[in-house]
Amino acid sequence: MARQLNNRSKYGAIALGLLLIVVLGAYSYNGGVGEPAPSITADTAQWPATFGFGKPATPQQIAAWDIDVRPDGLGLPVGAGTVAQGKIIYLAKCAACHGSAEKVVPGVKLPAPVLVSDSASKVKAIGNYWPYASTVFDYIRRSMPYNLPGSLTDNEVYGVTAYILNANKILKPDAVLNAQTLPRIVMPAQKLYINDDRRGGPEVR
Amino acid sequence: MDNEAENKPQEPLINKKISRRLLLGGAATTAIVAMQSSLGKWIQVAAQQPLLKVDDPTKRIGPGPTAVGKRSVFEHPVRIKSDTSSRTPLQDLYSSLTPSDLHYERHHAGVPVIDPDKYELMIHGMVGKPMVFKLADLKRFPSVTRTCFLECSGNFRSGKETMTPQEICGLTSQSEWTGVMLSTLFREVGVQPKATWFLAEGSDAAVMTRSVPVKKGFDDAMIVYAQNGEAIRPEQGYPARLLLPGWEGNTCVKWIRRIELADEPFMTREETSKYTYPVKDKIRQFSFEMDARSIITYPAYPNQMERGWVEIRGIAWTGRGKIVRVEVSTDAGKTWSVARLQEPVLDKAHTYFRHLWQWNGDETEIMSRAIDETNYTQPTLSQLVDARGADIGGYHMNPITAWQIKRDGKVLFKPESWK
Repeated sequence: MARQLNNRSKYGAIALGLLLIVVLGAYSYNGGVGEPAPSITADTAQWPATFGFGKPATPQQIAAWDIDVRPDGLGLPVGAGTVAQGKIIYLAKCAACHGSAEKVVPGVKLPAPVLVSDSASKVKAIGNYWPYASTVFDYIRRSMPYNLPGSLTDNEVYGVTAYILNANKILKPDAVLNAQTLPRIVMPAQKLYINDDRRGGPEVR
Repeated sequence: MDNEAENKPQEPLINKKISRRLLLGGAATTAIVAMQSSLGKWIQVAAQQPLLKVDDPTKRIGPGPTAVGKRSVFEHPVRIKSDTSSRTPLQDLYSSLTPSDLHYERHHAGVPVIDPDKYELMIHGMVGKPMVFKLADLKRFPSVTRTCFLECSGNFRSGKETMTPQEICGLTSQSEWTGVMLSTLFREVGVQPKATWFLAEGSDAAVMTRSVPVKKGFDDAMIVYAQNGEAIRPEQGYPARLLLPGWEGNTCVKWIRRIELADEPFMTREETSKYTYPVKDKIRQFSFEMDARSIITYPAYPNQMERGWVEIRGIAWTGRGKIVRVEVSTDAGKTWSVARLQEPVLDKAHTYFRHLWQWNGDETEIMSRAIDETNYTQPTLSQLVDARGADIGGYHMNPITAWQIKRDGKVLFKPESWK
């Protein structure tokens, strides 16, 4: 990139012409050096302020698709659920793949990941590895149950989230989850998370 | 006609898929067995069956043109598949490009069927103008083509000697992608200066989501709708996917339907409970770039070596720019030679390397290591364990891969344990 920019200033006058050729998809020579010009770049200075392609997204269109929930609670819907309500849903729609959330049966291979942290086996699960409660809600709502993704009501998602968090000893049995209480939950694993510190270069990280 | 004999029902076939038309030949009996397949299983099956008889092709007119071409009936490169992924047969490829139908797959809820006429990409959130683009809209924007690799960050398997390159690290593939720069679309919707992250969301049944720094969106991210010159394959995200050159495959969200600009990451399931890994007593997150890596794809298990000259071949790649050097050792890592790189060496792309070697029949180990333009050298497994701890997990593992050459010419993977 740097070299290309140098060339551009060096051969100022012909640069525009060369770029045109680049945009057209052909190779060109940089002042006879013989290097193919980069094909990735385009000179946006020649572009209009807007191409005018596409249509404005209506509030209805955005609302229909904007289902994400952030750790600060932004995106949580109205509604609520309790541990007891969630247990009924879990047993009916989740346990077949994820197994019992209250009693881990050793040696049984489940079709889906175990959801409850078991200190003895150190399996990565929600209680010991998931850093935010919002992720549990978001993931269940968008893609669970696996055979009928997106079929749970918001109340049911609140309930199942409450039940699973309770099974992981993060939520009290009488807790009610809603848009106000869920973002206040601090997950045990949150303090373990660090951002990537690999930067290339000689050091192995 | 002496080819009548060829058409008797009991005439042996190598493969039931071979058309009768192909077999309309004379009685010459050149026996051919396809030995290039990586699959030991396939070779055994073929060897147990009677051989295909092929006549002199100069004496008979062959089949004419067809609407869609096929591979030679003698070539059988195949992916190895599991319930959620399939692996590219790296050892069957002769250059850095991966045929589209052999590109690795990793799906989180299967491959969706999306009608291109109904497809829409919505960009909203911290933008001046929230917009919806149809596929036809995306294709009208100034387009760009680039070649780069895509690699799943969980791309290291080990544990036994009888493993092929495909089984060890077949979750990397390379295509030539065409689409619109994401920066072009960002410009169109007017991304607000305070936006630092964007959510990319797929329209598969997982409604897969990842958070990506806006900087990458402006650097070299693309929304691609074509792969190797034709419409992108369903398994690769038809009709359009996000492409983040050099970054772990999971971030390159397939079947992309929505991009939401924001001022913090969304902490989705795939960037918290998955695609993160223990580093000593911490968990490393947002590990985007794929570090430099290489593997010798020939000779490799299950090849059989013969004494004399052999061209060692393989691929090297890095998500941090270009490969500047690949070194090959034929004495178990004691000394290293610089391999020849196939030009052009592209940015964030599989780079084919070759090294000529004379095997004298002694037992040894051969291996390669890649060096990228940041001066990063592909580490050994023990270097990675030293840096990250024994509970290293399966993500972003790029260790030097060694092949054992046995005295009888057998080539075996050298698995290393670290716990």
